[in-house]
Amino acid sequence: MFHKIMVPVDLAHLDLIEPSLQAVADLARYYDAEVCYVGVTANTPGSVARTPQEYTQKLEAFAEERSKIHGQPVSTHTIVSPDPIADLDDDLIEAIDELGADLVVMPTHPPKHVDAIIPSHGGKVATHTKASVFLVRPGAGN
Amino acid sequence: MAQDPQDEKPKEPNTGSEGIPAPEGAVNLIDTDYVIGQDNITASPLGVNVDLHGKVFMFSAIVILLFVILTLALQDQMEPLFNSAFSFLTTKMGWFFLLGANVFVILALVLIFTPMGKVRIGGADAKPDFGYLGWFSMLFAAGMGIGLMFYGVSEPLGHFGTAMGGISVGEDGVRTDWAPLGAAAGDQAGAIDLSMAATIFHWGFHPWGAYAIVGLSLAIFAFNKGLPLTMRSIFYPILGERVWGWPGHVIDILAVFATLFGLTTSLGIGATQAAGGLNYLFGIPNTDTTLVVLILGITLVALGSIMLGVDKGVQRLSQLNMVLALLLLLFVILVGPTLLIATGVVDNLINYVTHLPAFSMPFGREDANFSQGWTAFYWAWWIAWSPFVGMFIARVSRGRTVREFLISVLVVPTLASVVWMTAFGSTAIDQVINQGITEVQDAALELQLFTMLEYLPLTAITSFIGIVLVIVFFITSSDSGSLVIDSITAGGKVDAPKPQRIFWALIEGALAIALLLGGGLAALQTAALTTGLPFTLVLLVGCYAIVKGLMSEPKAK
Repeated sequence: MFHKIMVPVDLAHLDLIEPSLQAVADLARYYDAEVCYVGVTANTPGSVARTPQEYTQKLEAFAEERSKIHGQPVSTHTIVSPDPIADLDDDLIEAIDELGADLVVMPTHPPKHVDAIIPSHGGKVATHTKASVFLVRPGAGN
Repeated sequence: MAQDPQDEKPKEPNTGSEGIPAPEGAVNLIDTDYVIGQDNITASPLGVNVDLHGKVFMFSAIVILLFVILTLALQDQMEPLFNSAFSFLTTKMGWFFLLGANVFVILALVLIFTPMGKVRIGGADAKPDFGYLGWFSMLFAAGMGIGLMFYGVSEPLGHFGTAMGGISVGEDGVRTDWAPLGAAAGDQAGAIDLSMAATIFHWGFHPWGAYAIVGLSLAIFAFNKGLPLTMRSIFYPILGERVWGWPGHVIDILAVFATLFGLTTSLGIGATQAAGGLNYLFGIPNTDTTLVVLILGITLVALGSIMLGVDKGVQRLSQLNMVLALLLLLFVILVGPTLLIATGVVDNLINYVTHLPAFSMPFGREDANFSQGWTAFYWAWWIAWSPFVGMFIARVSRGRTVREFLISVLVVPTLASVVWMTAFGSTAIDQVINQGITEVQDAALELQLFTMLEYLPLTAITSFIGIVLVIVFFITSSDSGSLVIDSITAGGKVDAPKPQRIFWALIEGALAIALLLGGGLAALQTAALTTGLPFTLVLLVGCYAIVKGLMSEPKAK
């Protein structure tokens, strides 16, 4: 049913995305799908990496590690943005088409009032793409 | 997009990362144990995420609050204090500003022609994030847009008047006139030359030299050396690992202070001027309500712009401004004294260059009022703004070579200033001497542009464009300023949560309103200007850091 799963990851907050990674592993095995881990990084030095190249290396290392866990083929895609906080949603929506992904799995926070002003990334992505989107709430599975 | 690692030359291991080797890119990272954001505090008060550098944010907030409360509560005591501090800076330290600014310009010009100009910001394979037009529009809008609107008419006229007036000496033998250099008493052509050269001098190489030094040093140390995008990184070649401690905190806090108060007070004073213009043109009452509505409006649009980000927000607004400014410029050139302007551009450029050595001489000046009251004042102003403008310029300049950067930040804006000042200045002077119109000269400073436009056709349209330009230039200053302050107080992170940048934009608006209604705007602006002195030192260090940093970089192919 699904061939390519796109998984936006935040390498700075791996603990927060753990539940969704688990869901990705299960789905990938069940549908025998390829998993593409997508990272968005600023072009300025950040806490994860000091250059976009270094970020890509870390993302690749991360993907390899995940591959050992679920055994499905993996790939990575690094998006370099001059203003990642503002461009994140649009960059991800663009990447879905570019990569040809048919399912997006990403973590999200529970709905809250500030969403009216600053919508959640998952919600924004889901309303702007033809691909299926699976939003994983924190603490899912507990 | 992601760049392929190149195997150009072996890199030093990057111990800042978690056991993964550094990339083989054509950059030369600095080996530091500091991890960006390591001193940051993350929390979620009221469900809003924040990610801040604890000490820089806290102390900036305390210093800002303290200054605002003191200025509001003890207005009569604080204002003379700030004023005397500032007059001390310009009269006693004027030579230091002039000398420092000369160093920045010379270094920036020399670097264009050295092999170091080939170094690419962000590594040999980096691609520019913004196209030429968008990039240049942002440089210009952040750098001086608003000033050109206000001083394009009034400064040439002012210098022309004083130069014509000639030299007057007081009883104590000190010159009391404000004319530049030796003035040009009664010599109309000489006075025009002198006034245009003086104006262009204040809006030419020197301001952009200061911006270029901050911008280039920050860009090199962030994009090529891997240090966080904050002012302290410039000091790494001198202080080493100590920049991550208190010496670095102080530099960053000072940068926040200068940027926030520079922006807030300009916002307040600018709103006063915009309201004056609206009143003059449309008869809208110039009341506190109008002012508050203007500031709220500017803040709201700036908020929208920073929510959309650099690419879709700031860049687009800057481009809009650029188009409007070009239209206004073309209009003035075409309906004004076209021939006079056309020949004036070349003449003024030559005038500027020939007068440059005399104008920039830091010592033994006879025209103390001009060199201290005008030049040193301007230099303090540009330098106090340089952390903000420089940081913003650095942020959008990744992927450009050093040569490209310096030509675009130093040479092109200077030429643009020459054209702008010639068009507006010549038209205004022409009105005074050839058409006998004196209203422009007599008008209040902020109304001189509009008064001049009144004597050209289509006044209603051009004046309206003028007001829109003033307001949009404020918006672009406000949004890029908020981005800069947010990044400094987040320890150099540009991907800190969105509510933080909203917070800073709101604080700017709120402070501007509080100071406008409570008084003390001018006093606080003076306080912001006094940061020009420490930042002259910071920039001199920046000069050293640029050379040191560039020497160790691989050249672009």
